[in-house]
Amino acid sequence: MSKISRRKLITTGLAATAGVAGLATASRIAQQYGLIPPDSGGVYGPGETLTYAAQRLLTNNSLAREFPRSMISKVPFANETAPPSDAFKRHQAAGFSDWRLSVDGMVAHPTTFSLSDLRRLPIHNQITEVACEEGWSYIAEWIGTPLVNVLNAVGVLPQTRYVVYFSIEPDWWESIDMADALHPQTFLTLGMNNGDLPVSFGGPLRLRVPRQLGYKSVKYITRITATDSLKRFGKGLGSASPEGGYAWYAGI
Amino acid sequence: MVSFVALLVTGAEILISHPRFYWGETGNSGTHPMFTIPIPSSRDTVPSGYSYVMPDQNGWSRYLHFEAAWVLVLTGVVYLIAGLFTRHFSRNLYPPPVDRNWRAFRDVFAKHLRRAPPDATESRAYNAVQRTTYLLVIFVLFPLVIWTGLALSPAFDSAVPAAVNVLGGRQSARTLHFFVSGFLVFFLVVHVAMILLAGFKSRMRAMITGHVETPSERI
Repeated sequence: MSKISRRKLITTGLAATAGVAGLATASRIAQQYGLIPPDSGGVYGPGETLTYAAQRLLTNNSLAREFPRSMISKVPFANETAPPSDAFKRHQAAGFSDWRLSVDGMVAHPTTFSLSDLRRLPIHNQITEVACEEGWSYIAEWIGTPLVNVLNAVGVLPQTRYVVYFSIEPDWWESIDMADALHPQTFLTLGMNNGDLPVSFGGPLRLRVPRQLGYKSVKYITRITATDSLKRFGKGLGSASPEGGYAWYAGI
Repeated sequence: MVSFVALLVTGAEILISHPRFYWGETGNSGTHPMFTIPIPSSRDTVPSGYSYVMPDQNGWSRYLHFEAAWVLVLTGVVYLIAGLFTRHFSRNLYPPPVDRNWRAFRDVFAKHLRRAPPDATESRAYNAVQRTTYLLVIFVLFPLVIWTGLALSPAFDSAVPAAVNVLGGRQSARTLHFFVSGFLVFFLVVHVAMILLAGFKSRMRAMITGHVETPSERI
């Protein structure tokens, strides 16, 4: 057995101190640059934080893969949703003519958009894949206006860090950071495969976030809020998913 | 080991939510699978052939799967660096020149079939078959399972599209991830069985302390 020398003790002590200080600094820097997800507490927090931070450093401006028209799935899979609420059924009966999207929070001009207001914004299309956390996937063409156009129209304030979005259906809401909110492929989606967006795929209005798994793309959007903190929403974990046991960040 | 078991259990739980496998970019309950695992699913949208729907365990399984993957990857990086520094790979795992032929492999199997007891060199060093298997596991299977897993991340694929494209698409990557994991589980089962056959206590002592009891010591 070798005796622990004084030199070894000192170097180990210094290394440990440096390590702790390094971690503290890393955590402060990560916080400052928005590399800590809102569900970073608990036993799975370290893993989530590593994933989110690593991907934010790697993927800030990267584009989700787009596919040729020939690869559009002949059988797209409309995942099941809970039975529609009475509020939704009333809109559906009226042909969604009264559907409104209200945008509020940290914005210069809170605004309510009708579907035709949204259609007057620049409309783009993308052929991207929907990947579900369960494992299945399909490719479709999505037609809509990038969320950034709406955010610009209402004058989102510079201190905004997250965009929270709500379905008309109860307890269905998500949020994304600005990297995804301002991303050119994050669409307020109005159409699919050369037609209107079917109800089973989220019509009349779905927020598509193609760089994350399907569950971040909430269907039947009626409200968007810009905020600098997710603490005030629900249980403060960022969205309905972590409250149901699923990760807030779904870029994996 | 702990993270491997965690990855295996949570991986199985995630698989249960869609026990169908496809080849190519896309695949879902409306398309033809390449093959299915004949078990009930934890989703009633999956045509599993069973009326029973298993409880959904995906939330925590996914959290734990990715956290355990980080532990495994970071441990792996430390192991690789340590292995290069101590020349563990070149000294203990890369087969020596005499063992780089089929005869060496044949001899190992023949010796096992004759049930010959290990000689002193064999209890101190790995034989040709062991060395090749370990190198395959460390430098082929583990990198592959990490790669095919990363290829399932839509955000990672946006930064490195080739990661998924060269595998033939998202569903191909998922199917490969399943098979490579299967090979790793197979290796683990055989590896543990061999340890039990060779004597659990002496092998564990050898793994942890590096000291080996040779046949002469035992007498």
